[in-house]
Amino acid sequence: MSGTTPVVQGRGIVKRYGHVTAIDHSDFELRQGEILAVIGDNGAGKSSIVKAICGATIPDEGEILIEGKKVNFNSPIDARNMGIEIVYQQLAMSPALSIADNMFMGREIRKKGFMGKYMRQLDRPAMEKFAREKLTELGLMTVQSINQAIETLSGGQRQGVAVARAAAFATKFIIMDEPTAALGVKESRKVLELIQDVRARGIPIILISHNMPHVFEVADRIHVHRLGNRLCTIDPKDYTMSDAVAFMTGAKEPPKEGTA
Amino acid sequence: MSEANQSAQEFESAASRTETVAAFEDHRRGVLGRLQHLLHVNPSFVPLIVLVGAILIFGLLLGSKFFSPFAMTLILQQVQIVGIVAAAQSLIILTAGIDLSVGAIMVFSSVIMGQFSFRYGIPVPIAVMCGLAVGTLIGALNGWLVSRVKLPPFIVTLGMWQIVLATNFLYSANETIRSQDIEANAPFLQFFGTKFSIGGATFTVGVIFMLALIFVLAYALKHTAWGRHVYAVGDDPEAAELSGVNVHRTLMSVYMLSGLICAFAGWALIGRIGSVSPTSGQLANIESITAVVIGGISLFGGRGSILGSLFGALIVGVFTLGLRLLGADAQWTFLLIGLLIIAAVAVDQWIRKVSG
Repeated sequence: MSGTTPVVQGRGIVKRYGHVTAIDHSDFELRQGEILAVIGDNGAGKSSIVKAICGATIPDEGEILIEGKKVNFNSPIDARNMGIEIVYQQLAMSPALSIADNMFMGREIRKKGFMGKYMRQLDRPAMEKFAREKLTELGLMTVQSINQAIETLSGGQRQGVAVARAAAFATKFIIMDEPTAALGVKESRKVLELIQDVRARGIPIILISHNMPHVFEVADRIHVHRLGNRLCTIDPKDYTMSDAVAFMTGAKEPPKEGTA
Repeated sequence: MSEANQSAQEFESAASRTETVAAFEDHRRGVLGRLQHLLHVNPSFVPLIVLVGAILIFGLLLGSKFFSPFAMTLILQQVQIVGIVAAAQSLIILTAGIDLSVGAIMVFSSVIMGQFSFRYGIPVPIAVMCGLAVGTLIGALNGWLVSRVKLPPFIVTLGMWQIVLATNFLYSANETIRSQDIEANAPFLQFFGTKFSIGGATFTVGVIFMLALIFVLAYALKHTAWGRHVYAVGDDPEAAELSGVNVHRTLMSVYMLSGLICAFAGWALIGRIGSVSPTSGQLANIESITAVVIGGISLFGGRGSILGSLFGALIVGVFTLGLRLLGADAQWTFLLIGLLIIAAVAVDQWIRKVSG
C-alpha cells in the first residue's frame, strides 16, 4: 500500500431524508496515520457523513473508497469486519458484564478442540489475557481486575475500555463520535491522551467533536462541515479556534480549497 | 462454593493493588461493602443461604421425618414442574422480559401430546415431538412479536396466555385422558414419571431432567457466546446491538428455547399427574416467576444466575413440605413466600447500587 493512498475517500456523497438533503455531494478524505477532526454546527450533517462511511446509513449517491477500493457497506457490522471500529458517545457497553466480556462482545473467542467446537465453550483465559494486554498497552491497568463489571468503573475508565476495544480490533481506522462529551475535565484529558496513543500506534482516527479545545489539541487536520457539504479542510496550526467557529457558522469566508 | 471463594480472593488481591494513573475511588470498603460485591458477582448466593438455612431449621424442628433421603427427594419431585418452567422463565427474564404464557404453553403441549396419541392414533413418540414443536412455535411467535413488532413482553405474553389457554380448552373439548388409559396404551407419555430408587431416595426421570436442564443452561449462559449475548441484550439492547450482537436472533433463540422447555414441562406434567388434563398447571405462571425472583434474577434483566431459580423453586418446596409436616396452616407458606419475594427484590436493588 502506498503512503499516498487515503485510508478513506468519499466522492460526491448524497443522502436525502424525504425533502431534506442531509449530505449534498460532499467529499471526504482520511489520510494515513492522522487524526481528522470533523466539526460542524448542529444539523450540518457531520454525523450523517460519518455514518455513511461506516455503513450506519447507506448513501443515495456517490462512492466510498477504503484504501483505494470501492466498498458498499450495508451495516456497521460489514465495516467492522473490514477493521473499522467505532467509539460511541453513549458508551456501547453492557454495564453488568465484565471488561473482558465487553471487549469481546460479538466476536468471542472459542476454545480449541472438542470443548470449543462441540460444547462451544469460550476461551476465557485467552480473552482475559488479550484484554489485559490491550489495557496495559494503553496504560489503563488502573482498573482492579479484568473481570470486574463495567458499571463499577468511572465514566472515564469506561470510555478508556471502549477506546482500548476499538484500538485492539481496528486494522483500518477508528471513528470516535464525541468521545469526551459525557466526561469530566480530568477524564476527558485521559481520553485525549489515549487518542494520541492510538494514533502513535499508526491507526488513523476520525474524531467528531463539538469541543474546540479538544479538537485543536489533537487533530492533524480539521474537516469543516457546513450545510451538508465539506466547506473546507484546515490545518489547526494555521487557524485559531474562533476562525474555525466562524467557518462553521458561515461568519467568515472559507479559505480556497487545498489548504490542508 | 469454590467460585465464591475464588472471586472473593480475586477481589482481595485486586484491592491491595495500588492505583497509578486515573483516580478511582473505592466505595466498597467494610464488611457490608464486601458482601455487596460478593453478591454482585454471585447473585445466587442469597437464595442458596436461605435454602440451606431453611433445610437446617426444618431438619432441627422435624428431625428425621424431614431430614431423610425420602423427604428430600420428595421435595425434588414436587418442584420438578415449577423448576423446569422456572428455567424457561429465567431465560426470558434475563432478557428483561417476562413470560405469562409459560403455563398455558405447558398445558397445551401436554394436551397435544395426549390428543394426538389418542384421538388420531399417531405413534406416541411422534405425538410427543408434535407437542414439543407446538411449544417451540408459540415461543417463536412470542419472540417475533417482542423482537420484530417491538411490543412489550408483558402484553405479548398476557395475550398469548389467553389465546393458548382458550385454544387448549376448545381443542381438548375440556376432556381429560385418564391415567389408566395412558398407562395401558401410551406409557411413553408418562416417561418422565418413571421412578427409580437409590438408597432411600426416590428419583424420577422428570427430576433428573430438571437438574440436567438447569446445569446445561447454567453452562451455556456462563461459558458460551450465546449466554453472554443473552445477558448483554437484557442489560442494554442498544449497547448490545452497537457492540455487534444480533439482538433479534438472540431474542428469538431465547423465546423459542423457552417455548420448547415449557413443552418439555408439559411432558413432565403427564409423568407427574399421570393423566392429560387441560385444567392442570394453572399456577405454573405465578410459581415460576416466584422461583425466579426468589432466586435473585433481576426483573430488569441482565443479572442473576439460573442456578438461583433452581434454589428459588427448592426454597418454595422446602417451605411447603416443612410447614405441612409441622401441621401448620398452608397459608403460612404463602405468607412466608410473599415475604421472601419482597426481600429478594430489595436485595436486588441493593446489589444494583454497586454501580452508583
